[in-house]
Amino acid sequence: MKKLILACLLVMAPVAALAAGGKSCGKIECDAFDVDLHDKAALQRGAQVYMNYCMGCHALRYARYERTANDLGIPAEMVQGNLMFGDSKIGDLMQNALPDAQGKKWFGAAPPDLTLIARRRGPEWLYTYLHSFYVDPARPYGANNLVFPDVGMPHALYELQGQQVCKPAWKIAANGGIARDPVTYENLEDEHYPCGRVEHVAGTGQLTPEEYDRTVADLVSFLEYVGEPMQLERQRIGIFTMLFLLLLLIVAWMLNREYWKDVH
Amino acid sequence: MIKLLVGLRDWVDARLPIMRAWDTHMGKYYAPKNFNFWYFFGVLSLFVLVNQLLTGIWLTMSYVPSAEAAFASVEYIMRDVEMGWLIRYLHSTGASAFFAVVYLHMFRGLMYGSYKKPRELVWIFGMLIYLALMAEGFLGYVLPWGQMSYWGAQVIVSLFGAIPVIGPDLEQWVRGDYLISGITLNRFFALHVVAVPIILLALVVLHLLALHEVGSNNPDGIEIKKNKDANGIPKDGIAFHPYYTVHDIVGVVVFLFVFCAIVFFAPEMGGYFIEYANFEEANALKTPDHIAPVWYYTPFYAMLRATTLEWFGLSSKFWGFVVMGGAVAIFFVLPWIDRSPVKSWRYKGLATKIAIPVFAVVFLILGYLGAIPAEGTFLGMERKAAAQYLTIVYFAFFFLMPIYTSLESTKPVPERVTMR
Ligand code: HEC
Ligand code: HEM
Repeated sequence: MKKLILACLLVMAPVAALAAGGKSCGKIECDAFDVDLHDKAALQRGAQVYMNYCMGCHALRYARYERTANDLGIPAEMVQGNLMFGDSKIGDLMQNALPDAQGKKWFGAAPPDLTLIARRRGPEWLYTYLHSFYVDPARPYGANNLVFPDVGMPHALYELQGQQVCKPAWKIAANGGIARDPVTYENLEDEHYPCGRVEHVAGTGQLTPEEYDRTVADLVSFLEYVGEPMQLERQRIGIFTMLFLLLLLIVAWMLNREYWKDVH
Repeated sequence: MIKLLVGLRDWVDARLPIMRAWDTHMGKYYAPKNFNFWYFFGVLSLFVLVNQLLTGIWLTMSYVPSAEAAFASVEYIMRDVEMGWLIRYLHSTGASAFFAVVYLHMFRGLMYGSYKKPRELVWIFGMLIYLALMAEGFLGYVLPWGQMSYWGAQVIVSLFGAIPVIGPDLEQWVRGDYLISGITLNRFFALHVVAVPIILLALVVLHLLALHEVGSNNPDGIEIKKNKDANGIPKDGIAFHPYYTVHDIVGVVVFLFVFCAIVFFAPEMGGYFIEYANFEEANALKTPDHIAPVWYYTPFYAMLRATTLEWFGLSSKFWGFVVMGGAVAIFFVLPWIDRSPVKSWRYKGLATKIAIPVFAVVFLILGYLGAIPAEGTFLGMERKAAAQYLTIVYFAFFFLMPIYTSLESTKPVPERVTMR
């Protein structure tokens, strides 16, 4: 048995190591971010933000209004009044009116459907991405992104967040931490990476940085929900299934022992 | 009521030998009584096979095999079909589970010399199953029509193009088009849901018929049929039913425990059972920066990428194809290159006891290297070079086998099986 456990660990170790390196944020490290799908209020706020700021360009064409409203606990009338796009019906897929070719002409790349983006990129990536826009006059819409260099998308949440500028990355000390000035104790910048970090310009934007963090968190949580709407149901059924299997195992074990007790 | 059923049974039995079949394969099939953990994986393979067939049939009811609708139809199954997500996760997790149990099943054969006389045909049928399974997995992975479906198919089908002379035409014939397209998807669908499953089922029947003809091997590698009692029943044998049926039920439940934990709590399995890039629809104009096959092909993919030979003016891609094919095919000849007088490694010599674990570790590391990008380092070594060394060790295991199995000194095999 000990050998067996050891063997399993040996097999699992590389798998775990691989899994850890799954989704990276390019040049910078992803911000830590955990989604709580039980927080219905956050998901509702996220849906609202999505409809106001993203839906014009990015459809959610595998999801339906009705299912989404039911899962998030939004009354149907409210959906029809506030969340629905164009003249859709409640049972419809969440489409928008922007044809791919048009999007391509305007932005250089058609805005992709975002139904599955949280499963494709991961919530940490999205959270970091939406925090990493900065002013770049060289881009057609004046915005660039640290996580997705030369992205075709303008900073859609600009009015909320306000302005961010790119700054040199922090210098890394020998011990792996950020290098500091020995006298003033301030963080040192690394002139090899002139654009490796974004900084918010104080006083710009309708939201404070904390409010913006929360708004993005809500938005990303909503995207996580839309990526796999049955996630909570899956886990709930899973727990019952595991409990059932546990009982079954006890019965099977005892049956087996009964038959084999005289075999030597 | 009971009488009626017995009557029906006898009526059928007079016309079709169902009682005889039951006795031959269950009630009076005598299996060695010393089976251990490793002997669960045959039954588990059967169990997963049934799971794949059933969930597959239900998926087919809503899946649409066209380039325009395939991706959306999978999301339709996940969202709009009642319990559709469960059926899909059972099927996608089942594919990985199938390979996991079959690899362990094969490894058991390697440890206990189950491929040796008189079970060569059991082994050959097993290998044919393994080939069919690899084809089935590949074809199925194309169906959801995500980015990895598309580009994985692109990489694998293009290998045919590396064959000299006929290659390019062959490649186009397989695809049915100038590039992977809806036409390819349609034929892969036909093969995945009809052709290969039929072959697979036929092979499994042959595998089991051949096994029950000669009887199972066991961890000691002792032929239990050499030692029978007065009634002609092997002294170390025990009736498959009920003894191994109740035993296998425990194995199935333990397996289900692990399987369901993945299905319900980690169906993507960190991107190894469902790759993240496959959540993006196939796009012929956008090559992903890192194309990796699913984990069960990665050892062979690593060998493909590691091959840089350009012998006889043929491309390294062609030789990579040959190396990859050879790495699978070489298992077929195991029964003839193992020259040891004993079957189980328990009684083989030191060389085998070192070679088998080394081989297993090499296989796992190759699998790891095949899953990560080709550039970069592994333990301070160039990844490509590491894969090349490991490929050599992989083949040396087989090529040197006739030598070390005949030279090493073996231990005496006991008369009767041991229960440990
Ligand atoms: C004005 C149109 C527009 C709006 C509004 C917009 N986007 Fe985008 N978005 C784009 C375009 C165009 C791209 C493609 C960029 C590229 O590929 O270069 C894109 C790309 C993205 C991507 C990257 C997709 C990938 O390839 O992985 C994400 C994530 C994203 N947008 C999220 C959002 C969110 C969240 C919002 C709402 C806050 C939003 N977008 C609003 C146009 C828009
Ligand atoms: C669909 C896949 C397969 C199924 C359903 C299957 C089924 C089985 C079953 C039920 C047994 C008897 C139980 C056991 O010994 O574990 C068995 C034995 C065996 N199988 Fe398979 N098998 C499959 C694939 C393979 C493959 C890929 C190989 C190897 C190439 C293989 C080689 C063997 C051998 C050698 C035995 C005899 C083992 C012994 O007696 O020690 N099988 N198989």
